[in-house]
Order: sequence, then C-alpha cells, then structure tokens
Amino acid sequence: MAGRIQSIERAAAILRLLAGGARGLSLAEISRTLDLPKGTVLGILRTLQHVGFVEQDASTGHYRLGGGVLRLGTRYLDGNELRTRALNWADSLAGRSGESVRIGTLHERQVLVVHHVFRPDDSRQTLEVGSLLPLHATALGKALMAFDPLAAPDGPEEDAPPELASYTPRTLTTLPALLAELDSVRANGWAPELEELVEGEVAIAAPIRDRSGTAVGAIGLSGAVERLCDERGLRMDQVSYVRDAARSISRELGAHPW
Amino acid sequence: MTTKYIAAIDQGTTSSRCIVFDHDGRIVSVGQREHRQIFPRPGWVEHDATEIWTNVQAVVEEALEKGSLTPDRLAAVGITNQRETTLVWDRATGEPVHNAIVWQDTRTDDLIHDLAGVVGQERFRERCGLPLATYFSGPKLRWLLDEVPGLRERADRGEVLFGTMDTWIIWKLTGRHVTDVTNASRTMLMNLKTLDWDPFILDAMGIPAGMLPEITSSAEVYGEATGFLAGVPVASALGDQHAALFGQTCFSPGDVKGTYGTGTFLVLNTGTEPVMSSNGLLTTLGYKIGDQPAVYALEGSIAVTGSLVQWIRDNLGLISSAAEIETLARTVDDNGGCYIVPAFSGLFAPHWRSDARGVITGLTGYVTKGHLARAVLEASAWQTREVVDAMRQDSGVDLASLRVDGGMTADNLLMQILADVLDVEVVRPMVAETTCLGAAYAAGLAVGYWPDIDSLRANWHKAAEWAPRMESAVRDREYHNWRKAVERTLGWVERDSA
Repeated sequence: MAGRIQSIERAAAILRLLAGGARGLSLAEISRTLDLPKGTVLGILRTLQHVGFVEQDASTGHYRLGGGVLRLGTRYLDGNELRTRALNWADSLAGRSGESVRIGTLHERQVLVVHHVFRPDDSRQTLEVGSLLPLHATALGKALMAFDPLAAPDGPEEDAPPELASYTPRTLTTLPALLAELDSVRANGWAPELEELVEGEVAIAAPIRDRSGTAVGAIGLSGAVERLCDERGLRMDQVSYVRDAARSISRELGAHPW
Repeated sequence: MTTKYIAAIDQGTTSSRCIVFDHDGRIVSVGQREHRQIFPRPGWVEHDATEIWTNVQAVVEEALEKGSLTPDRLAAVGITNQRETTLVWDRATGEPVHNAIVWQDTRTDDLIHDLAGVVGQERFRERCGLPLATYFSGPKLRWLLDEVPGLRERADRGEVLFGTMDTWIIWKLTGRHVTDVTNASRTMLMNLKTLDWDPFILDAMGIPAGMLPEITSSAEVYGEATGFLAGVPVASALGDQHAALFGQTCFSPGDVKGTYGTGTFLVLNTGTEPVMSSNGLLTTLGYKIGDQPAVYALEGSIAVTGSLVQWIRDNLGLISSAAEIETLARTVDDNGGCYIVPAFSGLFAPHWRSDARGVITGLTGYVTKGHLARAVLEASAWQTREVVDAMRQDSGVDLASLRVDGGMTADNLLMQILADVLDVEVVRPMVAETTCLGAAYAAGLAVGYWPDIDSLRANWHKAAEWAPRMESAVRDREYHNWRKAVERTLGWVERDSA
C-alpha cells in the first residue's frame, strides 16, 4: 500500500473543522486548533478555495465550506435539466388539476422557479420562469426546506437565524412555528401554503428526489382558495395529483419508489 | 355509460408507441417499444416490418393494460407514422418480400439522377409538389422492383402490395389496402390536384398501379379491426408531421407548427389550394377530413438544430447534457459577435446548397464558451426565420404565432430567442405529444367522438408563451450578420464527390 499524503490529511482536517463550525473561522483560529503553522494552513486553504471547496467571507476574511463540497454528495442537478426531465409530468399535472404548476429549486436561500405551466383556462398568463420566491412563505419553499438539508432554516449554510418576512397575516414569521410546520411537512410528505404569500391563494407542493434520495427540487400547483380548498382544507385529490407528479419525476431521475 | 377513449398508434423511426387519450385530449396511458435499425451497407437503413407489427400489437396491449382498459372501451384507433418508409409484401401470405426501406436510406441516389435526366430534380414538382430526392417512397419502390429477383413479374401479376407504414398497419388490422392523402403525398406518385396516383409519374418511374393502395382521406373509418383489437374502428392515418399539425389544431390558413427535435420540421397550413414553392419548400397535404376539401401545407425542414446541441455535448464536450446548453448560454447576455451555421451536410431549405459546410464565425479573443452556446441556440432560431420567410414569400400568408412541440421546447431561452427573431409569439401547448394527439383527434372526428374541429380547438391549451422582446434594430442587425455567416459557408466543397 502506498504511503499516506500528509497535505491531503491536513486538508481533510481543515474541511472537517470548517464543517463543524456554524460560522466561518479565521486563519489564526484554524492554525491554532490544528496546531499547524499559518503558512501551511494558508497554502492549503488557497488550494481548497481554488477548487471551490472553501470560500472566504469578503468582509470578515473568515473561511467556510464552499459550494463545491456541498455538491459532492448530492450530484448537482441543473435547473434546465430538471425542466427537461419534468416537462411531460408537469403538463399532465396542470391538465389533471386545472391549475398552474411550478417547479422550484433552492437558490441562495430562495426558491428559483425553473419551470412554469400555465393554468389550462386560456386566460392571459405570463411565464414566471426565473423569478424568486421566499422559502418560508411558499409550499415549494417548505417542501425544499423539509427535505433538502441545504435549504433547512437551521442548516449548514446558515450563519444566523433567517429573517422571516411577513407577506400576509398568515405567513409563518417565527422560527419555532416554521420548524414545527416543517416537521409536519416531513411527516405528511407534502407541503401546504394557505394564503401565506398572497391572500386568497393557496398551494400544494411535494419534493422531487434524485437517485440518492436527496430533494433536488419541488413541484407544486397553486390557485384560488375557493377552488383548491373544501370545508376540511386543501382538497386531497389535488394533493394526490401533486404527489403522483413528484414521484413520477423522481423516478425519472432514478430515485427508488417509496 | 362507460367512458370511452381514443387510442393513437405512432409507428415512428426508432420506436412504436401507443397513447390512449380521454375526451379532453389528456393522456391516459402510454406503451412504447423500440425496434432494430438495420444497416446493411453505409447509407442504407432498413426496418423489419414483421418486428414492427409485433411491436405495434405489444404497445397497444401495454397501453390498454396500464390504463386498465379493454379494447371495447376504445371508440376508435388512429395511426400516425414515420413517413416515406417503403414496404412491399405478398398479398396472399402477408409476408414482406424485403425489409422496409427507411426514409433516411440513400440507396436511390443514382436512380434519382437517372430519373431526373435532362429535366432535372424538379421534373415532377408541378404534379406532386416534391423535388426528386432519396427520401420519397416512389424511387424506393422502383429500387425494390429492380433489385428483388422476380418482384416486377409478381407485381405485374398482382401478387404483391406496396405500402408506407400506415398502409401496412391498417392492412394488418383490417385487411384493407389503403393509405391517406398525407402519406400518399410523400410518395412522389400522387397528383396534388386529383389526389389520385398520377399516371404520368407512374409511367416515368415504371411502377404498376395495381400494387398501390387506394388513397383515402385522413379521417374516416377504414374498417373494423380484427384480432387483438376486434371490433374497434380504425379511423385515421396521418404522416407524423401532418399529425403534429393536426394535433396543434393548426386548422386555419397561416397557422404554423414547428417540431424541434434533432432537426426541425415546420409546416404551414395554406388552405384548400396547393401553393407551389419557388423557395425550396415542399408542397404537401396538411390533412383531409372525410369528404371535406383537402387542406394543403408547405413544409420546410431544417437538418441540424437539436443535433447541433448534441454535437457541442459529444464532440466538443462543453456540456454534459443537452439541457445544460441553456445554462451555459445564460452565462452571457449576447453572442459576443459569434455565429454558428451548422451546414454539416450542406444547406437545406431555403438555400439548397450541397457545397456548403458549417462555420463558426466572428471569433475574437473576447468570445467564450457561453457565447458559443448562445450562438448554438440562435442558429436554430435564424434557420427557422429563413424557412418562415420563405413560407411568407411563397404563400403570401403572414403568420400570427408559432406553435412549438418536441424535446427542445424545454429550452426556455431558445423559445425566447425564437420569439425575438421571428417577431411573433411562440406558444407551447399543454400536451407535448402532438403527433399522437393529432392521430387521435382525426380518428375521434371520424367516429363522432368529437363533433367538429371547434371542439378540438377547445381542448388546446397554452402551457407557456413567449412574446418578442428584441428591438427591431437589433433584430435587423443580427439577421444581417447571420446572412453574412451563411455566405461564409458557401462553396466550401469545391467538387462534389458524387
């Protein structure tokens, strides 16, 4: 067996250290903790930064894990690729539900709409692909937060508790309320949105998973409360259409049926 | 009353599919199976028609099974098919005398030159709307008559039958030997005005009329199926591009559909009179519903659109999946002055220059792979613009919007660029499976499942729409540059190797 390479062991130690801290660490802190000379640590950090495994905060100069390392375990899925794979299923969800359909992915603490199918009623509608939605006030966002560790409000990318802006009186604006909601989303397998972003509008979303079981996006429908709710709340037939579509797309991406 | 459905069989180039639709035109279930591509020699492509028939039965049964349906729940079955692929079989035994010769097959190249003679490629265009080319069925049939031992004699004795894939499947299902006007319009053997076999062309090509199927409309009951679909009316046949036109509900003159796959097929409804093209487009049948007047169309195809994206992926390795071309193209705001003309095997409509080869032009040190990706998408759009301009000139009809389908419609940036360079709205319908839907619609009309074409229009819903956003000065400048780039491709091949 070939000998071990010291610099790779040291790089691994630095990555472990950075992964353990909620906030970034300074060069001095890393060097002190690992008992290594600053020059050695700096050389390794710069190399890791170059390959995208480490980022340096522009204002504090502290180091933290970069996007590259986060994508290692969960094969990064291009939003345009997701749309291509999901196209027929999203159309069919819009057809069955009679409502507009969106697919969202996580993008810098927001939901990026990567696909949008019009409500099939021939009314004038505008394509919303590329727009950003708040995570905590949308069904798509809640489905992402509940099933994608990187999207979680207390996840590894969080430096501080997120600011939960209020859009309507029903928006969840406290972290405990949001965390409780996400627990129930995880238990049910789908996420509701009850007039939390726009008054009179409700939505249903479910996670899209890839081969590794990680949520890579969410698909959902949204529409008027009077169409999508009955006396008991969100209509369960609509919920099942959304979950069927999410499962079909996940299968398309290689996920095991669950 | 139990709910009834319509099944569409799509006998395509690489696979056969069956899709069951409900009354709203929504997909209920799908069956699909691929068949072998047989390459006996370079340039030759064949299919085993017996294997295809076995697959057709299997995919229909698969679709019925997935939808938990029995054949009696089908109000009708419709057929759409790869066009021009040519088959001859024994009338008595039903055995093919040779593999089917596929539309891509170029074995008739020499025959085409002989048939063109001193008059040239346009010899039959006035009658059939098509130039002499290896695609079309007539020359392929002539090749079989010349090359399969004893076939001409058997044909003269009336022992063998010719058909395209629609004819083969309808004959297998019902025992009737028929084809529809759209498929017949791709043989080069049908007269566009009489909608019957043209005696002059048959004589010139040496084809006995007795082996040809009866030409019928695209939507009528050809017969009831026997065997595994016993009792189900077989009620439509449309070539695949014609079925897509029908499925996109392009029922009015000026309606255009574009199918974006590896290549692109644009078809314009020109109404009830054939329009002869002076810009290299094909005059073809759009569709014919029962005894209503036939609707004609102009067709322009672009050889390389999606396949340019595949080339960027496979030959240059700039992207790892086709969808990433959009991601890469969005890293920049414009093409950086770079243009790609993918004249990989010459330029097709409207230029028809076999001496052209592809170029990447306008390169400077500033151009990045993002600009190249942008130029790739723009190439599909400008090629569409050239065909649409030719359609406008030939028909005098202005298009109101472009209805798109096919795999590349998932690329939102391409759809936006299309709207920008065409200066019309680009619309993607809800059901992307417009080819099967068209065959289902025609079959449903024939049996009264849908009362009229207005009820079909009501089923058509926009899934997405892109409006033009480009300033006209920019559009004009870019078109000017594209034309300059096209000029750079011409005359590259100095001596035709053929």
